[in-house]
Amino acid sequence: MTFDAQKIQVGDALPVLQLAPISRTTLALFAGASGDHNPIHIDIDFAKKAGMKDVFAHGMLSMAYLARALAQWVPQRRILSYGVRFAAITQLGDRVQCSGRVVEKLIHKGRPCARVELTAAKASGDVTLAGDALVALD
Amino acid sequence: MIDKKHIGYAPSPTLWNVEKGRIAFFAKVIGLTDPVHTDEAAAKAAGYRGIVAPPTFIFGAPGDSGETMKLIETLEIDLGKVLHGEQRFDYHAPVCAGDTLRFESRVSDIYDKKGGALEFVVNDTKVTNQLGEHVADLHSVIVVRHA
Repeated sequence: MTFDAQKIQVGDALPVLQLAPISRTTLALFAGASGDHNPIHIDIDFAKKAGMKDVFAHGMLSMAYLARALAQWVPQRRILSYGVRFAAITQLGDRVQCSGRVVEKLIHKGRPCARVELTAAKASGDVTLAGDALVALD
Repeated sequence: MIDKKHIGYAPSPTLWNVEKGRIAFFAKVIGLTDPVHTDEAAAKAAGYRGIVAPPTFIFGAPGDSGETMKLIETLEIDLGKVLHGEQRFDYHAPVCAGDTLRFESRVSDIYDKKGGALEFVVNDTKVTNQLGEHVADLHSVIVVRHA
């Protein structure tokens, strides 16, 4: 639903963001864009030596997608705090879905705010990131 | 085991230039199409000083400066065993293209769980800009898995 700071209520959901399956190309580009050059995300030889079957997605890629879902709903300047716990690894081919909903209205440092619960999950429903954001309503 | 003597490890602050080309590249890779990330006029019309960095963009600084790898080497951690556990950003002011940011980080805790099978390193970073504004705080937890 459309964001309206005056009318927002607990339970309101932000539009679901469905991403394309994670590809090696995306991981290579995100390594460059994000500055995270850890070879475990881009070099299958390194990943295998580390005991993984293949490279896997940067946690920060899903965190960026989840921020995109939020920023496409509320103006970025209203986002006061944004945090996640990385709950599971996102593999190649996984289709990440980002969702969120308002769970609380509160006063933070004198400002009216909404706390938004944010979730990234695979098509299987397995949660990969669980987080929240504090959004200013003034 | 990671030596707990590293709690309090605080490397010299690093400076990081916020480049508009890098912002545009980052926005494109994650599919952010809002012109405030690519077009200065659109950003200014939206009330910003300049092209705006997306919410998680500044996490690129410790990778670029080599601080992330330096931390892993200093704490003698095997890079192949590292996972990102938690990440938080507290935002105090916008980050715009052309800014020079200063990153001041500190290892605030090191602990383990499951009898040492999992180790955790907590890192807190204060980010300020060339105007002296405190723009953000970063809170990171990395996990080292020995299982």
